[in-house]
Amino acid sequence: MSGIKDRVAVIGMGCSKFGERWDSSSSDLIVEAAYEAFEDAGIEGKDVQAAWLGTVGSFRTGQPLAAALKLDYIPITRVENACATATDAFRNACYAVAAGIYDIVLAVGVEKLKDSGFSGLAVAEPAGSDVNPPVPPPSQFALAATRYFHQYDIPYEDGKMTLAQIAAKNHHNGTMSPKAHFQREVSVEQVANAPMVAWPLGLFDCCGVSDGAAAAIITTPEIAKTFRDDYILVKGLGLSVGAFGIMRNDWDFTHFPESVRASQAAYQEAGVSEPRQEIDLAMVHDCFTITELIIYEDLGFSPRGRASDDVSAGTFSLEGELPVNTDGGLKCFGHPIGASGIRMIYEVYKQLQGKAESRQVKDPTLGLTHNLGGRPGSFTCSVALFGTRD
Amino acid sequence: MAVAAGIDCLRNQNRDRIDGLLFASTTPPYAEKQCASIIASALDLRRDIFTADITDVLRSGTAALKSALDSVTAGSAKQVLVVASDNRQGAPKGESERNSGDGAAAFIISDEETIADQAGFHTITESLMDTWRSAGDQFLRSWEDRFGIEEGLERILSEAVSGFLDKEELSLNDISKIALYSPDARRHSQLARQLGFREEQVQDPLFGRMGNTGAAFPLMLLANAMAEASPDQLILTVSYGDGSDVLGFRTTSNISRTRSSLGLSGYLDSGKVLDSYETYAKWRDIWITDSSSRRPQAQSPSVTAMWRESDQNIKFYGAVCNQCNYVQYPPQEVCVECRARDDYTAVRLSDKPGTVFTYSLDYLAGTVDTPLVIAVIDFDGGGRVLCMMTDREIEEIKIGLNVEMSFRKLRVVNGIHNYYWKAVPVRRPLGVINL
Repeated sequence: MSGIKDRVAVIGMGCSKFGERWDSSSSDLIVEAAYEAFEDAGIEGKDVQAAWLGTVGSFRTGQPLAAALKLDYIPITRVENACATATDAFRNACYAVAAGIYDIVLAVGVEKLKDSGFSGLAVAEPAGSDVNPPVPPPSQFALAATRYFHQYDIPYEDGKMTLAQIAAKNHHNGTMSPKAHFQREVSVEQVANAPMVAWPLGLFDCCGVSDGAAAAIITTPEIAKTFRDDYILVKGLGLSVGAFGIMRNDWDFTHFPESVRASQAAYQEAGVSEPRQEIDLAMVHDCFTITELIIYEDLGFSPRGRASDDVSAGTFSLEGELPVNTDGGLKCFGHPIGASGIRMIYEVYKQLQGKAESRQVKDPTLGLTHNLGGRPGSFTCSVALFGTRD
Repeated sequence: MAVAAGIDCLRNQNRDRIDGLLFASTTPPYAEKQCASIIASALDLRRDIFTADITDVLRSGTAALKSALDSVTAGSAKQVLVVASDNRQGAPKGESERNSGDGAAAFIISDEETIADQAGFHTITESLMDTWRSAGDQFLRSWEDRFGIEEGLERILSEAVSGFLDKEELSLNDISKIALYSPDARRHSQLARQLGFREEQVQDPLFGRMGNTGAAFPLMLLANAMAEASPDQLILTVSYGDGSDVLGFRTTSNISRTRSSLGLSGYLDSGKVLDSYETYAKWRDIWITDSSSRRPQAQSPSVTAMWRESDQNIKFYGAVCNQCNYVQYPPQEVCVECRARDDYTAVRLSDKPGTVFTYSLDYLAGTVDTPLVIAVIDFDGGGRVLCMMTDREIEEIKIGLNVEMSFRKLRVVNGIHNYYWKAVPVRRPLGVINL
């Protein structure tokens, strides 16, 4: 197993404005993101040899990508893999290039959630016996929060404050993100006192629901050199899918094994042994504040049960030791499911190129993205690592 | 409720010995499709048992009792489970709604180790329109109550009870208790007096606590009368509806044995009070709510999937691996612990006690039982399930709370009543229960 490290490069990226894009269709969002990526890379649609389209519910096949961009009878595959959809589309695109099948490929993630008519996430389940309880995403992660507070003996008020600090941090970063859905500060008190959605998670513990798309142009490092100097390299790609559901009595709900395994796989490929020291910034799946808290531990940034201390110390703020969700995260971008992963890569790409404007982290060389979705105990998780060129 | 009464009745009983199940109700969920089969499955009874629904009349509870007694007497069955359950719906804020209650009772009819033996039967049949409901009617209809009381209830019950006494050559004084149907409290005491019973002979109708529970009502009073009885007492149960059935039972010495069931008083004593009429009305689906902006309308469940999963969903079977003994729910073709393939034994989890491992209180997911409590339950002896919790006070929910499973209707879509199990806090009766 040779791994993906330094075998593929990203030479162009695009990201649509995220938000309630009432006047834009899924195809419109794809065009917005893909054309920014084409322009950034200095290519045209006709240069793309193969493409992967990540979407959970906006399209059933890859064909709409061809229709939107007028791609020239090239192979296109639709990828759907829960909240890791976009990153998995990107991952498959990387493997095709690394295998030497294609020189230039396109990965696009898109989701149009705001046509459903529902304020929450409305994804139809396949027909079944339909006896499973409705466990909307807030409740899925509330189960983890309840147990986390219990296991580490954290008083409710203290736990809420820790979570609120995470939300406030991401909202602060979002004020510097022109493409974010939400671009305003919220105070720790506002977050902690917000109306309950799924106890113990309140309104501001939850990310928003948005429309959006993001795109990446992937090639080999050799070809990348002919396009630009500041391409970035893929250093590691980990994907882990939970197998056991909640059927095991010994799963504690306070760690997500899928995050642990996916990050370990990516770290191994990239040669990372001390993630907290070696990684300069991370975009993680903050669908809920408790998720981000647990991710700190699962990815090896904080010791088990001690992530709260790092939150209080400001470790993960923009100026901190390991800035997390520098663009505001899902908290500010919302979570158009099929787009989020590539939106995260877009931020890492810009940061590594030094083009993140007022959000810029000082001289980063290694960045991480992380997605987690599904149901407790049977999540799908992707972790990807990116570095500057040697 | 029928399943709950059945479980309570079957505590410490061998379920495999039940040869038949009769379900009585005026409010079966289906107009065409048997309910006794659903109940039998939820109770995990044998497949080769006789089942029937006896419906459409308030007298159906005693009709089921009589049929079961006849089967056992005739020898066609050794043990028959009779379950009567009703939840009649009067028009909102009307008198019949005010007087009505929901309830269920279950009896095992057997020819051995009885707690009471059949002691006489008399019946009157007379078609009379005092209350009725046509197919498609949501609410009960009734004629002027004075007509129904005078020409129906009073005249027919008087004829039925005196007919019983004459036939059995008994006098009023031979009766220890009468479990008497009546539509409401005032008519109940009036009727008992008119029939000639002294106050101490009349089983407390509990109208203030449970209301008129329809077809289940005389059986619930009979259950309570037996719970309070001494050996060698004669108890009458009298039903009403297009005539009347009078059934006599004489208690045996087994009546004093301590039983493990909660019984009627156990359920009443562990009841909870709804906070408002609005909450009740939402539960009964007579309050129009706008949930359309919250979630998509539920799609029809797949009947094929329901059938395929009936062991895990209705019988609530988990599996214990034959190789490593790991208990898992739902049953897995490949063991979650040792990966042994297709080598497990079904294990019933519906009557296993459990504890809350973690939970959430969801304020957006539900429109009736808000907040919707989603809980992860660990069963004693292994097995874990993610399910809804109901019949709970928010303040009592905590990690480690003791719960039991309760068979509930989740929703009705496409005319399909989809049942499954929810966790409820263990009912704690105030006193020791005998029955």
